[in-house]
Amino acid sequence: MKKINYIFFLALLCFGLQAQEKGDVLIKNGTVITITNGVLENTDVLIKNGKIDKIGEDLSASDITTIDAEGKFVMPGIIDAHSHIALDVVNEATSPNTAHVWVGDGLNPYDVGVYRALAGGVTISHAMHGSANAIGGQCETIKHRYGVLNPEEMRMDGAPRTIKFALGENPMRVHGERNNISPATRMGMEQIFRNAFEQGKAYMKANKDYAAGKLDVPPLYNLQSEVMADILKGDIIIHCHSYRADEIYMLLRVLDDYGVKKICFQHVNEGFKVAPELAAYGAHASVFSDWWAYKFEVYYSTAYNATILAENGVVTSINSDSGELIRHLYHEAAKTQRYGGLSDNEALKLITLNPAIQLGIDDRVGSLEEGKEGDVVIFENHPLSIYAIPQQTIVDGIVRFDIAEDIDDMRLDVDPEETVPAFYELEEHSHEHGEDKCMQDVYEFLNHKH
Amino acid sequence: MKIVNILILCFLTVVGFGQQVEKSTYKDVLLKGATLVTVTNGTIEGDLLISDGKIAKIGRALEAGEAEVMDCSGKFVYPGMIDGGTQLGLGEVGSISLTQDSDEIGDYTPHMQALTAVNPNSVAIPVTRVNGVTTVISSPTGDLFPGTAALINLHGYTPDQMYAGFKAVVMNFPSTGKRGRRDRRSEEDIKKDSDKALKKLKEFWQQAEVYAKINDGSYNPQLSAVLPIINDEAPLIVNVNKKSDILAAIKWSQEKEINVIFSGVADGWRVADSLTKYDIPVIAGPVLSIPSRNSDRYDAAYTNVAKMVKAGVKVCLRTNDTENVRNLPFHAGFAAAYGLGVEEALKTVTINPAEIFGVDDQLGSLTEGKVANLFVSTGDPFETKTQIEHLFIEGWNVPIESRQTLLYDEFLERDPGADNKK
Repeated sequence: MKKINYIFFLALLCFGLQAQEKGDVLIKNGTVITITNGVLENTDVLIKNGKIDKIGEDLSASDITTIDAEGKFVMPGIIDAHSHIALDVVNEATSPNTAHVWVGDGLNPYDVGVYRALAGGVTISHAMHGSANAIGGQCETIKHRYGVLNPEEMRMDGAPRTIKFALGENPMRVHGERNNISPATRMGMEQIFRNAFEQGKAYMKANKDYAAGKLDVPPLYNLQSEVMADILKGDIIIHCHSYRADEIYMLLRVLDDYGVKKICFQHVNEGFKVAPELAAYGAHASVFSDWWAYKFEVYYSTAYNATILAENGVVTSINSDSGELIRHLYHEAAKTQRYGGLSDNEALKLITLNPAIQLGIDDRVGSLEEGKEGDVVIFENHPLSIYAIPQQTIVDGIVRFDIAEDIDDMRLDVDPEETVPAFYELEEHSHEHGEDKCMQDVYEFLNHKH
Repeated sequence: MKIVNILILCFLTVVGFGQQVEKSTYKDVLLKGATLVTVTNGTIEGDLLISDGKIAKIGRALEAGEAEVMDCSGKFVYPGMIDGGTQLGLGEVGSISLTQDSDEIGDYTPHMQALTAVNPNSVAIPVTRVNGVTTVISSPTGDLFPGTAALINLHGYTPDQMYAGFKAVVMNFPSTGKRGRRDRRSEEDIKKDSDKALKKLKEFWQQAEVYAKINDGSYNPQLSAVLPIINDEAPLIVNVNKKSDILAAIKWSQEKEINVIFSGVADGWRVADSLTKYDIPVIAGPVLSIPSRNSDRYDAAYTNVAKMVKAGVKVCLRTNDTENVRNLPFHAGFAAAYGLGVEEALKTVTINPAEIFGVDDQLGSLTEGKVANLFVSTGDPFETKTQIEHLFIEGWNVPIESRQTLLYDEFLERDPGADNKK
């Protein structure tokens, strides 16, 4: 037993050390799905110092980890534009506007969910604040460097700032129903946003006036106002939890009034009803493949949503919002072939390049191109086939998941209160979905039926 | 030219109206020149005649007679898939409790009939069947004895039209696991709760056994509901997942000398030998689940079915879902990919559930004389991109249409578009 602990500790140490650097790896003879440059048969991908150095035939490099990918499919690491893994907390459900908080303050690199995501080929996820508030907290784009113990090393340095907004039932329940304060309706919701943008505008103006000498004192520092101002300046991408067409359209009008362009609607189950408007505005959409009916605002959904949005020219991605779904986003993307017949490349874009665009990181990841970061997943069978099995997942040139090499128990920590690892019964389905993950940390005090 | 236009317009109008009220049709149909994946008798290139709701004949170059001929060349025919555990029809909108009919109040409600509360017009039913799932167990949920589950075909306007010939009382075996990620009970508290539940189970069963012996016909719906189990006339479906609980449930069922079907069975791979030894069939799933323990391998739920089948356990699948039972073929596909193989996986959603529920004389394969529950597809129904083109349930030719397909038809090219003009 002691010996096992020792090995465990050593393994941790190795992981930890490994994370300090970027890796080199040569993937030989695979079918390389580049996303931006077609499918290349019998092709090698050379990753050096964490970056894709070369894609071509008969590449060689000395003294380098080599993976034989003959008969296998090599594609860019999958990106999830909506998840809550690696987070200690998700919701600061205390006010309709909590723009000043940031989930990046609660990153948890020990979450085994990160490893499970890697085992599904996911290399990057957008760790989001929850949907309890109309304006939630800022989010964090993380790289799945499972094994690092320092939360700082989870962050994708240089990724644009993002913030969570939320429309509809969740903020209405938390604030309207529970606290009897606005927003209790979708009318109230609109005014929360207008108010907050005015707050940011006034703050910006006061700062400007002070700088120009028109004011004797600067405005009192207010982080919430700073963040609203940053949104107005275009420094933060809004990711807005939304379901119904009317509320989506409402936010488009509000944003248009304030000149805010960077908007990605999340879930957006009824996005298909306003797809022409979303496309015209340049708004993005990040959707479930087929979740519906877990609450009333998603009752009139369709699994053809992603296809309709994509066919109407909306930059669309498929996300998980779930520690389970994140493990097979390649399958979720394939559902657009059953529901609407998207081409292979269009379907794969939904989980690679498009979410990268939505997170503002498409210059670095989302396709296999020389110069981009070395985030790669290797599949047995085509990734859109139901029989696809991820074999290795590589982040920054470092193999973080290997189906053949990894031990069964990949936890990085052990709960000291457990004599044996706890067994979790499946949460009852209707409740699990009725209480979507975006409402994590909220249900305890909503007194919801269990 | 004008006449042609008028004719086209008339045709479109008729088709247009037809779509509004597209109904199932019931007549003899000959599926011609298909690849028939029979499940129990290999794969046959040939024809299949549907007559009077049954699979009347399978063979080569069958005579159509009066039957409508459907050209199926290049297409595949499969028996309808069966989901061994759902709440389909018992819940409409997850978060709205007044639309939820699966969980009655009380620890002992085995007399609650799922078949009574199944809503034949649930929007989720067409959404499910257009993926080739023709038959499901709809099951109550909740406490120790939540009620009686029923096997239903996903077509019909009354529960009686839908009933597919099998009912069973469901029991949630007292669990020593956590109820979910938010369960903050300590190990001691969990043990206490489970002991309490075991005591309740023991007392209830004692009463039932006494009731069975006295057999005085007194009105006791709870105890009456479990009499067929005690009298060895019906099996009991036992939801149980954790290794130690599975072993306890085996011991309990052996002591009581009753027939059981285990459901869930997440740790089945750990106790497969015991399940085989006592010949206990299993309704496994959902396959698409995270592991039950943080220490378990990431694919524990994907590989569970294959491991049990290899050990000799008879397994069928369940999604344990309500609105997304349509994903049953994908659960089967994942099990196939992770060790089970396509052929065995197909059995877990066709003939195995039919045998486990004792309806294999009616369902579960393409066999002459069986109920015509089947579908025509462009290929392997587990493959995500495969299209289901025709669907027959009890011989009814059911349109491939649901509210979700209708929304697609309406909104793919919306009129008016963004500019309010054509």
